[in-house]
Amino acid sequence: MKVAFYPGCVSKGACPELYVSTQAIAGPLGLQLEELTEAPCTGAGVLSEQNPELADSLNGLTLAMAESKNADVMTICSTCQGVLSNHNYQLQNDEKRREKVNATIGDQGYRYSGKTKVKHLLWMLFEDIGLEKIRGAIKRKLTGLKIAPFYGCYILRPEEYLGLRERPERKTYLEQLIALVGAEPVEYRGSTKCCGFPMLTFNREKSLEMGGSHILEAKEKGADLLVTPCPLCHLNLDGQQPDASKVMRKEIGVPIFHLPQLLGLAFGFSPQELRLNHHVVPTASALEKVELKV
Amino acid sequence: MKFTIEVGRYNPEGTYAESASGEQGFPAPWDKSPPRRYQTYAVDLPEHAVVLDALIAIREYQDESLAVRCACRSAICGSCAMWVNGHAHLACKSRLSDFTKNGKTRVESPPSMPVVRDLVWGMEPFWQKHHAVTPWLEPKQPVPGPREEYRAPNAAMENLIQEVSCINCGCCLMDCESFAINREFLGPHALAKAYRYADDPRDAEVNDRLGEYSKPGGVWDCTHCYECVQQCPKGVAPLEQILKLRKMAVDAGFTNNAGTRHADAFGESVRESGRLNELTLMPKSTGFFNIVGQLKTMPSAFNMMRAGKLPPIIHHKIPGLQRIKTIFQRVGGRFK
Repeated sequence: MKVAFYPGCVSKGACPELYVSTQAIAGPLGLQLEELTEAPCTGAGVLSEQNPELADSLNGLTLAMAESKNADVMTICSTCQGVLSNHNYQLQNDEKRREKVNATIGDQGYRYSGKTKVKHLLWMLFEDIGLEKIRGAIKRKLTGLKIAPFYGCYILRPEEYLGLRERPERKTYLEQLIALVGAEPVEYRGSTKCCGFPMLTFNREKSLEMGGSHILEAKEKGADLLVTPCPLCHLNLDGQQPDASKVMRKEIGVPIFHLPQLLGLAFGFSPQELRLNHHVVPTASALEKVELKV
Repeated sequence: MKFTIEVGRYNPEGTYAESASGEQGFPAPWDKSPPRRYQTYAVDLPEHAVVLDALIAIREYQDESLAVRCACRSAICGSCAMWVNGHAHLACKSRLSDFTKNGKTRVESPPSMPVVRDLVWGMEPFWQKHHAVTPWLEPKQPVPGPREEYRAPNAAMENLIQEVSCINCGCCLMDCESFAINREFLGPHALAKAYRYADDPRDAEVNDRLGEYSKPGGVWDCTHCYECVQQCPKGVAPLEQILKLRKMAVDAGFTNNAGTRHADAFGESVRESGRLNELTLMPKSTGFFNIVGQLKTMPSAFNMMRAGKLPPIIHHKIPGLQRIKTIFQRVGGRFK
């Protein structure tokens, strides 16, 4: 299946392990990744806030690029998903707004007619690839692991833009996937909450407390690791975890996996192939439970 | 139709009997509220019944000790806001059939608010923040005479329609993730109200307002989680009003803050390379002369570097960058 792959800035920057693990699982899933190499950053909501028209045009360009490839956009980041969904919703439903974008990007060789769908890998797994295909690719059951899902705000809210009213089951995909790979999903309140990343530069301590408290809650419920479809959550939950420990005055030490890393392990890839040896919080404690080493 | 309701109970005297389920307390680490006991009730109600119908039925026919606050029963007064299955809802607007999970519906007072008794929670934090934003018009002169209406053009009021629907129920604040950990934060309801006056053409204090809201605890302490948009029963979308305030404040020149520096660094990076330069975003947002702030981010940068997670030192530009630059030029405005 051909998709217009939108990797997002972070998977090509501070979270290369996300990019590498996505490439790894594409084969077994039968995904043909046609990367949108010329597509700009979504602006992560920051540009939408200060210059909505600019964000409309930049994201409109990305949507038009996918349209010209006759493929749907596949994201691997909750934030990219949220921002692209938001602008797509506006451009699909507001012809005037779409025409304004087309007037801006028209002479750049692209035009957006409103046909592109934007789907996170997590959604594609269930809605396009199918559970049969995933089951068939599983070579290693992750039995014995207790895994806490961590969705990230922008893949859940606002429901209107994300199509969650039509497909409420999207709110349960992570739990279903955890069970599918043979692990046990941990139920806790923090799974749908904010990691604190958007506040990191404005209010560092509170941001760390936010992320830290959710990991600690999951840990108290017995989680061996958290899995997230959002690399920005990963930056706060993994990258900042040692600092969050200090703010919370408690040892945390819970590894955070990207969604494709979890699938990759189940598909039989080694931890090294998935760059699980390149996390700030060592992943060894979780991998040991399924008799793997980094 | 049979429904099972699990009610989080609390009384200040601590005289409740053991609950049927024996479960106690809130597990979330950020929860600072006193422990509740969960008591289970079975009620027989029509299929279309709402959570509030069940609570009234319990109070009237089963257990008169249950404290519940309500008035209009039609989503106008906002009195019956509470946690239903772990999120803020109006009990009178929540159908039991939609909120039955694993055979039951759980209701409780929100853990981020002071609890008075059972489902009645204290609204002091809500009103304190509401009052803090000067929630009234400071009329611009000349004010029309006492028998005249101070009219604003319709077009100028259209932006404010959303906020005017607010019924002060507190759903947004009780589920606000910033407020849960930061009591200084003014909160979604108060900032949405603040926008309603700041963007009113008849208000004389807009500049002072924007200066106030740009301070710590104001618009930049919102974590952008969309919980308030999701939970507001009246479609006020407080976050969207907060974002409008941020833009108004920046446009008015209140730019000496991490929020504006972050936005500007972000815009510059996308304009110059098509993508985000993570390496420079943090120091630029913190401010180069904010030595303490810079030092605080050093250990995490070092940890990332050691793990091989630091972005490439030479920041790559996307192919076809000229296209992006043209868009920036053409649209104009901030970041141009």
